[in-house]
Amino acid sequence: MDGADIVTALRAVLPEDCLLTREEERRPYECDGLTAFRRLPQLVALPRTDEQVRQVLITCNRLGVPLVARGSGTGLSGGATPHEQGVLLSCARMNRILDIDPLARVARVEPGVANLRISDAAAAHGLYYAPDPSSQVACSIGGNVAENSGGVHCLKYGLTVHNVLAVRGYTIAGERLELGSRAGDAPGLDLLALTIGSEGLLMIVTEVTVKLIPRPPCARLVMASFADVHGAGDAVAAVIGAGIIPAALEMMDRKATAAVEPFVQAGYDLSAAAILLVESDGTQEEVAEQVAEIERVLKGCGATSLRVSGSEAERLRFWSGRKNAFPAAGRISPDYYCMDGTLPRRHVGRVLEAIGEMETRYGLGCMNVFHAGDGNLHPVILFDANEPGSWERADRFGAEILELCVELGGTITGEHGVGVEKLNSMCVQFSPAERAAFAAVKEAFDPAGLLNPGKLIPTLVRCAEYGRMRVHHGQLGHPELPRF
Amino acid sequence: MVASADDATLAELGERVRAAARARSPLRLRGSGGKDFYGEALAGEVLELGAWRGIVDYEPSELVVTARSGTPLAELEGALAERDQFLAFEPPAFGPGTTLGGVIAAGLSGPRRMYAGAARDFVLGTRLLTGSGERLRFGGQVMKNVAGFDVSRLLCGSLGILGIITEVSLKVLPRPRAEATLRLELPAPAAVAAFNQWAAEPVPLSAAAWWQGQAWVRLSGAEPAVRAARAHIGGDLIEATRAEEWWAGVRHCRHPLFSQPDIWRVSVPATAQPLPLPGEPLIDWGGTVRWYAASLDPATVRAAAEAAGGTALCWRGSAPQGRFHPLTPPVAELHRRLKARFDPAGIFNPGRLLAGL
Repeated sequence: MDGADIVTALRAVLPEDCLLTREEERRPYECDGLTAFRRLPQLVALPRTDEQVRQVLITCNRLGVPLVARGSGTGLSGGATPHEQGVLLSCARMNRILDIDPLARVARVEPGVANLRISDAAAAHGLYYAPDPSSQVACSIGGNVAENSGGVHCLKYGLTVHNVLAVRGYTIAGERLELGSRAGDAPGLDLLALTIGSEGLLMIVTEVTVKLIPRPPCARLVMASFADVHGAGDAVAAVIGAGIIPAALEMMDRKATAAVEPFVQAGYDLSAAAILLVESDGTQEEVAEQVAEIERVLKGCGATSLRVSGSEAERLRFWSGRKNAFPAAGRISPDYYCMDGTLPRRHVGRVLEAIGEMETRYGLGCMNVFHAGDGNLHPVILFDANEPGSWERADRFGAEILELCVELGGTITGEHGVGVEKLNSMCVQFSPAERAAFAAVKEAFDPAGLLNPGKLIPTLVRCAEYGRMRVHHGQLGHPELPRF
Repeated sequence: MVASADDATLAELGERVRAAARARSPLRLRGSGGKDFYGEALAGEVLELGAWRGIVDYEPSELVVTARSGTPLAELEGALAERDQFLAFEPPAFGPGTTLGGVIAAGLSGPRRMYAGAARDFVLGTRLLTGSGERLRFGGQVMKNVAGFDVSRLLCGSLGILGIITEVSLKVLPRPRAEATLRLELPAPAAVAAFNQWAAEPVPLSAAAWWQGQAWVRLSGAEPAVRAARAHIGGDLIEATRAEEWWAGVRHCRHPLFSQPDIWRVSVPATAQPLPLPGEPLIDWGGTVRWYAASLDPATVRAAAEAAGGTALCWRGSAPQGRFHPLTPPVAELHRRLKARFDPAGIFNPGRLLAGL
């Protein structure tokens, strides 16, 4: 297949301004939020309509050209890393909110609509779209569907899979799929659930119907300090154990608070080994009752200090540190690598201790921010890519954290996805037969393997090589060689 | 709790499956048989799964319970109730022996569905015994998990056609602190409009149903929220035992409507206008599910459902063209391909979800 063929074929079905072919135009698409992985796509297609998407798919299928879909490119696992011989399909121009039905509490939108725009558009009706990934200003709903994105409010309000009612889209063969429904259920297998989080390997979504929920009239944030990380971990379990489902339950360790405090002046207690941010939302009366109870439980768990937001401005200030954790990492370190493991909450303290030990062993710092309520850990490994071997050490460090999560009954990715980043870790979490089942699902939707090839499902050979490498772990030969 | 090493039963099950696959001899998977009426054709030699039972792991502060598929729902719900937790999707049970495996394979949810979520929303992980006798594990015991395709949720509602679900991990929730059921005299269209209006406000709705001129509304949550909502909604407060009886009737299909021989279940968007079908339905899920006890012409009822943006299921009674609403050709084709890959010998519950599959 000559690259010129696909360009010619797509020119026949798309307007000229929907195709980017020159290198300088394609360059901005060479990576997503995982900037360590870069590949220049053969060309970039920017369709405006559902029918243009279908035409791109049919054309790629006919010519056997790989196709990678991209929303806003904020993903952190390389799900939108292009294929050198393939087409990069950007949904950025499909960014219309098609309709909002306030009585039925649903919005129908195109995939390129930014997550936060849905809530902004629904605000006039007192409604919003619940999942709030930290990139919600920029990340697209299509990307959220591909990654099953979460956010800080998942414990109470769920992930993308719990908040998307239906999708429309196409298989690589151009067959139209309408999955899910507004009617509470749909006949047959739950292909909607299968598609959400499928990282663009199964179909391309051109329309998403989401659930809107009433905006709680009141929210307050309790901030608690703990003298050690175990105590903070136990307090998380105690809050849940007391029958409380907070709107958010976040933890930051001292390295994280120390990194963000000079940056945003959130008012964090820098003497604490860890702080918890516990949010309650609902009616005024409900929140007053729940906050009192949260305070009681946290005190009982040995919190060394407690503060409750007294105003909306103060609540947002308490949050500002948490929300700026990653940019703050960028200020204190030339590069950082954000991990995304999940584990049963009861092991939080143990994992944080193990990470402390790994910092010494790998000679790299790591700050920890944590969606403690859902056991979703985001260790941020600090390194300097200009220092030889530093990225490789960060990569190994990250993989070891994920392997520990798997060992403790957790998972290698809570919300960022596998993409290209965690292919090796997939070999650890899943058996060959389980990976074969994933490949079987892929084949059912995309027999030729053209949609986002090389992502999510590691090959047998790769896992065999990774298995051998882990045996010698710590003394890896040729660390300069890329391992993907 | 059961010892995890005790898996002779599972090994034996694997043997039965491999033998059936070699002989291409269909198996009819059965928990307690309470849902024998549900779905399309029953075919194959009955494979009883009730013996593979027991709670494997339950840590209330994790909000997760893991149990073997033969575990009776009553046992599971009893264990959760002891720790003041529950299955928020309120799965229906059609007999005392209803098993967890049956609940998940059918994927049905009760009155709380529109407010708390459906069965599949609470599935965190599953173990599956495949047609080649292999044991696979998908998902896990954590709330957030995006490693690999979400096969666990695909299995929820699969009616066993992809393999035997042997273990399930579910998210559980604390029981609401307070609960109140109100009854209001309202015609159906006004009731459905009110259900939708309340759902768009910060009202702790947990169920909304309508029957013969009366709207039933359940509120669940923090005591102050329930109290405020009661004042907002009005109506008569129903005594707790009577309220529980009513919601159990709707949840487990024991309401008097279900004594009729022919039952259609029509799912439509919650705001759909009354459907042009004979008789008054029992309305559940805040207007989304409308049950009709009548022998209706399938083409008519399906057309009415589709016109309203939904689908119709022949819950009970004669359905020569099939019980489930027909799938579009590309979606049906995906069903065939998934079935062929998960169950190449075609032994699991053939024809139960889709004719010829």
